[in-house]
Amino acid sequence: MVNKRSSPWLPLFQERCVALVVWLAVGLVTTLFLWLVSEIVLQGIGVVSWEFILSAPQNAGRDGGIGPMLVATALIVGVCLGVSVPLGLGTAIVLAEYTNENRRLSQWVRRSLDVLAGVPSIVFGLFGHAFFCLFLGLGFSLLSGGMTLACMVLPLLIRSTEESLRAIPREYRLSAAALGLSRWTTVTRLLIPLALPGFAAGLILGVGRAMAETAALLFTSGYVDRFPTSLLDSGRALSVHIWDLAMNVPGGNSHAYASALVLVGLLFAINLTSSFIADQWKKHALT
Amino acid sequence: MKVGLVQEEGRTWSSYTTSSLPSDTRDAHICAAQLNVWYGDKLALHDVTLAVDRGTIAAVVGPSGCGKTSFLMCINRLTDMIPRCRVSGALHLDHLNLMSPTIDVLALRRRVGMVFQKPNPFPLSVWDNLALPLKEHGVRKRDELRQRIETVLREVGLWNDVKDRLGHSALALSGGQQQRVCLARALVLSPEVLLLDEPCSSLDPLSSGMIEDLIVSLRGRLTIVIVTHHLAQARRIADSVAVFWAQAGAGWLVESGPTQQIFDSPQHPITAAYIQGHRG
Ligand SMILES: Nc1ncnc2c1ncn2[C@@H]1O[C@H](COP(=O)(O)OP(=O)(O)OP(=O)(O)O)[C@@H](O)[C@H]1O
Ligand SMILES: [Mg+2]
Repeated sequence: MVNKRSSPWLPLFQERCVALVVWLAVGLVTTLFLWLVSEIVLQGIGVVSWEFILSAPQNAGRDGGIGPMLVATALIVGVCLGVSVPLGLGTAIVLAEYTNENRRLSQWVRRSLDVLAGVPSIVFGLFGHAFFCLFLGLGFSLLSGGMTLACMVLPLLIRSTEESLRAIPREYRLSAAALGLSRWTTVTRLLIPLALPGFAAGLILGVGRAMAETAALLFTSGYVDRFPTSLLDSGRALSVHIWDLAMNVPGGNSHAYASALVLVGLLFAINLTSSFIADQWKKHALT
Repeated sequence: MKVGLVQEEGRTWSSYTTSSLPSDTRDAHICAAQLNVWYGDKLALHDVTLAVDRGTIAAVVGPSGCGKTSFLMCINRLTDMIPRCRVSGALHLDHLNLMSPTIDVLALRRRVGMVFQKPNPFPLSVWDNLALPLKEHGVRKRDELRQRIETVLREVGLWNDVKDRLGHSALALSGGQQQRVCLARALVLSPEVLLLDEPCSSLDPLSSGMIEDLIVSLRGRLTIVIVTHHLAQARRIADSVAVFWAQAGAGWLVESGPTQQIFDSPQHPITAAYIQGHRG
């Protein structure tokens, strides 16, 4: 009180400075975001149509559409999720519920995951190429690409799920145990539903990263732009297509922007639906 | 003041405890002898010897940190859940040796229910809070589930409040109602022992009174061990009282015996001072 009275204008001045900086930062970020989105929308909207979305590319992508890329992307992301969701959930549960937080082993697992989460995607691409394409003999295929992305996404997924499992108050575990509930019931009926928001957050981050991935896919799923007929076919992901159009195809810019618009739209849609699903699931499981 | 007393009298405490064992321990339902609890290297409970008769209400009182909760958690082996927690000594429930590493703890916890200090219903519906333990222990028929859940909710006086919203989240109830859900959840498995860890401490007097009445109504049917900070409550409802005390971080049993004896003619100066302190 006394201090404040002795220099009444200083805190006020400081407060205004801080507010100014905060608003500047907010303004900057928002402007950047809007600029980016409007750039993509303005340049791409003229090209996007059902025709564009469904048909195959012609003339190296300058004409035609992105149908095969959407199919390939969906298949790659599907493989990625099919592998990473069960593996990620399982590992997170083992780490959080079945190992002691301070044990050497789990500490090492955790540290490795944190390092993996920061490894550049091109390194994953090289690893995926060496391991899935060559060693396992899967060649350039959607399967190789999806599994490489799964390796990339897993650290994020495991760590965020584990964190949210650990954030669940100990009382729930104690009172579950006091009722004679088995570990399995406690985990499946109580802890997983409670950890779902964290899991969904990890999943959204992961899928976002997977869908936007270019470098890792160049080496693993390839860039053949036909409609894929099986998981062992090579296929071109949407992001790879954008990269190709922008870098290798003169006159491909408008189609690159249109593809980018579709990709951004898809990411938005996935973000919204997955948080909606997580909400519903949580409500369903918890009421 | 009290601390000084402990240090002064602590040396001779053991001469009081052994003589205050209930004279007839043949019918003791829970029987602890020289029970110790460690958390890592820290001794939290030292040499507790105590018997609780079948169908009676035993109150455990004492200042914070004297190992009351730790004692309760030994009886349903919740100590297993705490990393680096170690228990030694002898502890029996009837003829079941609770110290044996091979007993079926899930079956034990079905026989020994527990309610915690803070109301902590699962973030599920009222129905699921009660159905989850029932299903886990083999009750699957919807009719039987419904009947047992209704019975136990009536017993804790919650049925009329929640019968229309069994499907709603238990977290939407008031604190007192939540604690009664927890009580119902512990009772729905028809345990033979009920451990209550300060069940009324976070409740208003009215809810607290309701829970107290409920506990009294269970006398004879279940053996109840209740931790409480309300000496008046212990005096009202308990058949026997055990006074715990903390010395140098380790809790120990100062004195135990019939309620009237503890309150009217305490044997140990700590007990006398503790009761006096609360009275004044
Ligand atoms: N999980 C734990 N890890 C380490 N020490 C613990 C743990 N739980 C309890 N303790 C210690 O053991 C001692 C007894 O704790 P306990 O919870 O049994 O006391 P209490 O009598 O129930 O206290 P309160 O009245 O505050 O609930 C305390 O000194 C406490 O710090
Ligand atoms: Mg306690």
